[in-house]
Amino acid sequence: MDLLWQGIKEAIRLLLGGDPEVFAIVLLSLRVSLIATATSLILGVPTGMALALSRFGGRRFLISLVNVGMGIPPVVVGLMVAILLWRSGPLGFLGIMYSPLAIIIAQTLIAFPIVTGLTLAAVQQLNPKVRLQILALGASRWQMLWILAREARLSILAAAMAGFGGVISEVGASMMVGGNILGQTRVLTTATVLETSKGNFDVALALSTILFALAYTITLALTVVQQREKAP
Amino acid sequence: MLSRVTGLCTLILGLLCFWAANGLTSTGQPVMNRIIILATTTSTQDSGLLDLLVPLFQIKTSYVVKTIAVGTGQALAMGRRGDADVLLVHAPEEEKTFMAAGHGIKRQPFMYNDFVLVGPTSDPAKMAKAKSAAEALRQIAASKTLFLSRGDNSGTHILEKQLWMRAGIQPAERWHQQSGQGMGQTLIIASEKSAYTLTDRATYLKLKRRIELTILLEGDPELLNTYSLLQVNPLKSSKINSAGAQAFVDFMLAPETLDLIRTFGLEQYGQPLFHLLKK
Amino acid sequence: MTPAALRIESVEMRYGQKTILRIPHLSIAEGEILAVIGPNGAGKSTLLQILGLLQRPSDGRVFFDGQEITGCSDLVALRRRLASVFQEPLLFHGTVLDNVALGLRLRGTPKNEIKRRVEPWLGKLNISHLAGRSIAKLSFGEAQRVNLARSLVLNPEVFLLDEPFASLDPPTQASMAEELQNILAETKTTTVFVTQNRAEALMFSDRLAVVIDGQIAQLDRPQDVFSHPANEDVAAFLGVETIVEGRVLSSAEGLSRVALARHEILVTGTYPLEQEMLFCLRPEDITLLLPNARAALGLNANVIRGTITRIRPLETQLKVVVGCSFSVTVLVSKQAFIDLSLARGKQVLLTFKPSAVHVIPKRLSHER
Repeated sequence: MDLLWQGIKEAIRLLLGGDPEVFAIVLLSLRVSLIATATSLILGVPTGMALALSRFGGRRFLISLVNVGMGIPPVVVGLMVAILLWRSGPLGFLGIMYSPLAIIIAQTLIAFPIVTGLTLAAVQQLNPKVRLQILALGASRWQMLWILAREARLSILAAAMAGFGGVISEVGASMMVGGNILGQTRVLTTATVLETSKGNFDVALALSTILFALAYTITLALTVVQQREKAP
Repeated sequence: MLSRVTGLCTLILGLLCFWAANGLTSTGQPVMNRIIILATTTSTQDSGLLDLLVPLFQIKTSYVVKTIAVGTGQALAMGRRGDADVLLVHAPEEEKTFMAAGHGIKRQPFMYNDFVLVGPTSDPAKMAKAKSAAEALRQIAASKTLFLSRGDNSGTHILEKQLWMRAGIQPAERWHQQSGQGMGQTLIIASEKSAYTLTDRATYLKLKRRIELTILLEGDPELLNTYSLLQVNPLKSSKINSAGAQAFVDFMLAPETLDLIRTFGLEQYGQPLFHLLKK
Repeated sequence: MTPAALRIESVEMRYGQKTILRIPHLSIAEGEILAVIGPNGAGKSTLLQILGLLQRPSDGRVFFDGQEITGCSDLVALRRRLASVFQEPLLFHGTVLDNVALGLRLRGTPKNEIKRRVEPWLGKLNISHLAGRSIAKLSFGEAQRVNLARSLVLNPEVFLLDEPFASLDPPTQASMAEELQNILAETKTTTVFVTQNRAEALMFSDRLAVVIDGQIAQLDRPQDVFSHPANEDVAAFLGVETIVEGRVLSSAEGLSRVALARHEILVTGTYPLEQEMLFCLRPEDITLLLPNARAALGLNANVIRGTITRIRPLETQLKVVVGCSFSVTVLVSKQAFIDLSLARGKQVLLTFKPSAVHVIPKRLSHER
């Protein structure tokens, strides 16, 4: 138990002491996960809405893919991205393996089905007459989509939080496509695993504490926004 | 109200894009052949030696080294696929097979450390009196005491399998368990379970104060762990940075570097973690 | 002659294998108020959505303002000339003002014009005091007023309503229907509205369409539909009340003499003279007698002679339809049916009290 307390003390010490290595790890984690979440939102929200609102053959199949995608173990996604990106793979010529971009790509692929699936559910939950009413008021297709997105914004915020939470805490894919390279692709999760395997539990706990605090702060901020919207 | 929120979102998105673009180009990606992919093992990484040497190399030359620490099996696989430029591993038999198959152009063993057999201080299998590793293992098998294996095709695991084979024993699952994890983790689990295990001395020294295992057998020549640098055959693909690999190997074998290796760990553990091979 | 505001020809709507709507022809004149009634699932809402250009029919042609719009891919500009109101208010996040102004904002109307147009409508629907209130804090009735306001402010060429008052309590239903009637009288907007409420349908529509099983079973003036239902199904849906158009001849001391087709009856109450009104009789208030049984009739009792045209057994009674110069439905017990030896073609007397007649005022202000 006091190992836990030690971990928290170490966490504070590392952060306040301005340990440059830890700072770099924290900043990289934030950068990678925020960009991945933002990208997955930009791609996922419109996709979720399109799936919810349109009717076309194969729609149900696509939706089943999205639902399955929500549950794919991140490490499997990492492996598939690695197979594409490493030098012997089809996209090897891009040379992005073991770089932050590779982690961003893997994390975006992990978060995308989550965001799409939740947006899809949110829009489907809206009263179907809402869409008709918006059109009846004279909205063009884009205006209608914008208003629907606004109506579903609480759920979309929840989707953002789920996506972010999923990727900032993810380790398997980040390890596989990033390589956990010091100063280049080491993020909080992969650093924690490394320190644990080395046996440096206090450092590992410190990093975990920082990770938790980070995830919590961002999720708290989004929750405040979400709940403030709700209260009449 | 709507426009304010939209404006805020756009601002945040813009910042993120800027941040992304900025960061992505600063990982040293501008020219492809400045990157060297070094595949090594987790125990090598864990020793901390590369954390000392790689930055020195990067400062001296303008190469960027991507050190990928994986199991020996995966490191060799990366070499075979051409996904790495140079390998730093310690599994001589596998390495020779690798070279024979033409995957590498040069293999240079340069340093070693040793493995030790550790176990609970009470030594229930009474193996400490054995004169060789093989004998010790036979003792453990006879007493069916718990033995924890890496089980991950790492250099350590490969050596362990060879030792069992030489001892003429097929270990039974009931007392021979596999952790599937790195050396540090395995030692901790072994300590928890009061089990025997095979470990490299370096990792043991690092974790000594945290675990309740003692060195029960050491010095057997079979327990020597030789590290080699392997340069991957550039004929495999045009993406292999053979110049970079050569530069890295030259650096590692340079007298100043060897000096650093010779004294690495001396201060912290009272004994160096690695020994140099006599040329 | 001005072209019809809305016209549909040979329209069919199919979902998979089922055809849910089949309308060979429907034309709505400019300024006309068309009421559409029918049982649940008859296809009324679908018809309204097709007319409102919110749904494309599987087959057929649609004409708006004389122009064919059947294959038209971009309906947004055309839709902006219509307005549809649904049963649920379906308001969006924001204040009442935001919602009422939404349609105008979608059309890119400049801010000061929005302000100029919205304010009078807030007044007309008595919601000016709610302008800044969030929609989460509105009662259902208030929300529905906002719903009406946001559509009316658009000054549509055709106004379509789908059971707008159905979810309100009866007194509010009645008062809002009356308010809407006044507004429509003022704006003279072409209107199509779907309702289950027969009184609403009667109140201010020029024509009444009865939709049963996806087809228009009858399309006539409301009073004609009620007094002469086209078939069994229409009659069954309309219910068993007898509704007839009549004219007040004289009115004194709380009793009025009314001309009902070829008959004269007495109705309790004082009504303006020479005014066309609708008179409603419930079957339980009517007694059926044989012609020779003139005994035991009360003072001022109305007596009408007619012939049995249709007999239909119900659970515990029989429905007997008697034709005089209009159709009257009477419910007769099985015993009475046997005792009186009722049969088709038999001459009978219908009697009812003056107080049993229910008067439905009919505003003729929509007649141009």
